[in-house]
Amino acid sequence: MNQKIRNFLTSNEMIVVYIIAGLAILIGSVNHAFNSISTVVNLARTMLVTLIFAMCEMLVIVSGGIDVSFPAIASLAMIATGNIMLKNGLDNVPLAFLMGAVIGGVLGTLNAVLIAVVKMPPLIATLGVSSMTSGATLAIFGAKILTVLPAKLDELYKVSLFTYTNPEGITYSLTVLFLIPIGICLLMWFLLKYTMFGRGIYATGGDIRAARIAGFNVTAIQFFVYIMSGILSGIAGITYMILMRAADPSVLMGSEMMVIAAVVMGGTRITGGHGTVLGTILGVTLISLIKNNLIMLGVPTHFQTFVIGLIMIVGTSITSLKAKHIANSAKI
Amino acid sequence: MAETFLELKDIHKSFGGVQALKGVDLTIRCGEIHCLAGENGSGKSTLIKVISGAHEPTKGEIYIEGERILHLNPIIAIEHGIQVIYQDFAIFPNLTVAENIAMNRAVSTGAKLMNWKGARELALEAMEQIGAKMDPDVLVENLSVANRQMVAICRTIINDAKLLILDEPTAALTSKEVQKLYAILRRLRDKGIAVMIVNHKLDEVFEIAERLTILRNGEKISTGMIDEYDRNRFVKELTGRNISESFYEPKASEEEIFRAENIGRKGAFEEVSFSLKRGDVFGITGLLDSGRGQIGDALFGINPIQSGKIFLHGKQIEINSTEDAVRHKIAYVPEDRLTQGLFLDRSIQDNTIAASISKYFIRGKLDEQAMYQATVEWIKRIGCVAPSPEASVRTLSGGNAQKIVIAKWLNTDPALLILNGPTVGVDIGAKYDIHQILRRLAGEGIGVIVISDDLPELIQNCNHILVMKNGRVSEIVEPSEVNETELATMMSSQ
Repeated sequence: MNQKIRNFLTSNEMIVVYIIAGLAILIGSVNHAFNSISTVVNLARTMLVTLIFAMCEMLVIVSGGIDVSFPAIASLAMIATGNIMLKNGLDNVPLAFLMGAVIGGVLGTLNAVLIAVVKMPPLIATLGVSSMTSGATLAIFGAKILTVLPAKLDELYKVSLFTYTNPEGITYSLTVLFLIPIGICLLMWFLLKYTMFGRGIYATGGDIRAARIAGFNVTAIQFFVYIMSGILSGIAGITYMILMRAADPSVLMGSEMMVIAAVVMGGTRITGGHGTVLGTILGVTLISLIKNNLIMLGVPTHFQTFVIGLIMIVGTSITSLKAKHIANSAKI
Repeated sequence: MAETFLELKDIHKSFGGVQALKGVDLTIRCGEIHCLAGENGSGKSTLIKVISGAHEPTKGEIYIEGERILHLNPIIAIEHGIQVIYQDFAIFPNLTVAENIAMNRAVSTGAKLMNWKGARELALEAMEQIGAKMDPDVLVENLSVANRQMVAICRTIINDAKLLILDEPTAALTSKEVQKLYAILRRLRDKGIAVMIVNHKLDEVFEIAERLTILRNGEKISTGMIDEYDRNRFVKELTGRNISESFYEPKASEEEIFRAENIGRKGAFEEVSFSLKRGDVFGITGLLDSGRGQIGDALFGINPIQSGKIFLHGKQIEINSTEDAVRHKIAYVPEDRLTQGLFLDRSIQDNTIAASISKYFIRGKLDEQAMYQATVEWIKRIGCVAPSPEASVRTLSGGNAQKIVIAKWLNTDPALLILNGPTVGVDIGAKYDIHQILRRLAGEGIGVIVISDDLPELIQNCNHILVMKNGRVSEIVEPSEVNETELATMMSSQ
């Protein structure tokens, strides 16, 4: 039992918790403005879309692959949906999400075919799809930013889960959109932990040949993973559009590295087979905290990027060192 | 006479034009431990794949529990209780013990949801049955090879195995772990499960097997109770040639080739001294953590010595890196030849000249002709069975690949050749060839150091054996003075 407690206290999740707690205490003691509900609301807002991306990336990495096409897919989903709805006078929230999901699903299927059928390395396949997608987005819809969205989408933005007004009279409200990543996380948690299909994803990431021998349909698992990633990316694109009240074809591009870093920091091993929903949430929390609040420590903006990189390296090396330690340590 | 579980009659299997199996008969009875022995390329693996339904035979009949099975496939085989444990166990390092054990059954019953509690109970029950004790919640990546094997065995048990086939189950186990495995296999046998072990290690076959079938070149040579065989018959039928077990007794010489004086490396070994005369094949043995392997690594400069002196042909030399070692003409055949000794995807020629390439670099270009000649010459001299110098090393069997590693170093005209586990995973026939090569080299004046835990190998081929214990020299003995048991006692006694 003692050993179990020790394992728990040194688990990847707990290490991230320590870093988050340490950072929060540090920022909070230097700058008292940090100790406020507004910090939580802002953090939730920053995490919102990153969390959806992180969930699909975690799913893919656990299965033994990698996906760098989600920012491009999300961008196309939001621009295409926005443009099509405006041009055709459509104004319906579920329809917007459905369109985003379908666009994402189609591109996810393309990824899946390249990886599971053509047997391309996942990095190259998704890199190619990413480049094609973002090229197509700009070619078809142009680089123009849509700033006026259909009314009902815009209204959704104003629906809040709760609002908080601080003593200075500034109101912070947590958007109802936050339910989307929460729902996705719960779904993903159940899928990965309690369904045989989810365990099959871990099995495939652990040893693809053994998974095949055990009777898993590995091809189906890979298809599911990449299509799911595509669908979630599409939904993330729509969410981002509503959250920002604009559709910008290039704003999400380049976010993949940050997302992968958050996922890996949360204990997901880049080599596949390991990763949890909770760890990923913590990884995203840590990255968002750094992005949002490091400035409160008086860290200059350029230096912030440096610190993000530093924390990423430190955080991920803990995971790698632990994996190495397990590989080298005496076996029981 | 026990009831017959599996009967194969006149099984043929060909791949393209190659006949892998040429009319093999095999009978396996319930509750027996049957050993299938054969060298690489004898058709063992093909036969296992026929039994497990992975390969359909070109001709022949398969009966399981008396019933003729026309088209055996993996699913039918599993339904009839045929379970194979391959060398890599096909388990998931990233999942827990319980999940690994329960996974296959859950998949085959078509369960949609993961039942963690059920998996745990199932795992405990299976471990109870074979007398293994492991924490069901621990990740398999934390387990030793022996315990991973236990997990694989547990998994087959809960799948209601009636015939358990293990492909070279002892390859990566220590002798203690082998004993534990055998205890478990005997326990399974007593429950009426048929166990078939694929093995070609002579001593282990005699220890565990009740019946034996020997394959060679895709044909069944013989089958029978183990007491019908003696070592000579076994080796002769396995290899198809007469391999005499002769001892190596070189002419005594006073010319010293190599001497180590009180060499040591922190955490590995200390105060090791020995000397090697012309003609000597010098053996170093000890348990896995005794420091025996580290001496080889140190002398070749991988993890150099930190104290003591070494002399080559009477001259003191410093070895601080592998470059130093190569410059002083020291050659090293590492333990893990696949990752450390060979470029698997390159040709035999590339591998043979890899350590001596500068020799062929003349006036800014490589002398292709000379490299080819040298390779052909070595293939012949060391008796390597290879289609051509251009074939990639990956296509060679373990024994032939090992010969190429040795050829690579011989091509550098070494003064001292150190071999770490030179015949691990090598067939008896090829093993014999390698031993003959070593003796010949020693006779030619090359210092030969063999680091090994294969005691019969050392006793037969070395004329001095250094026994390491806890990083120190326990004793240096002459093989004529000791037998295997005594040597084993020296290694492990406190």
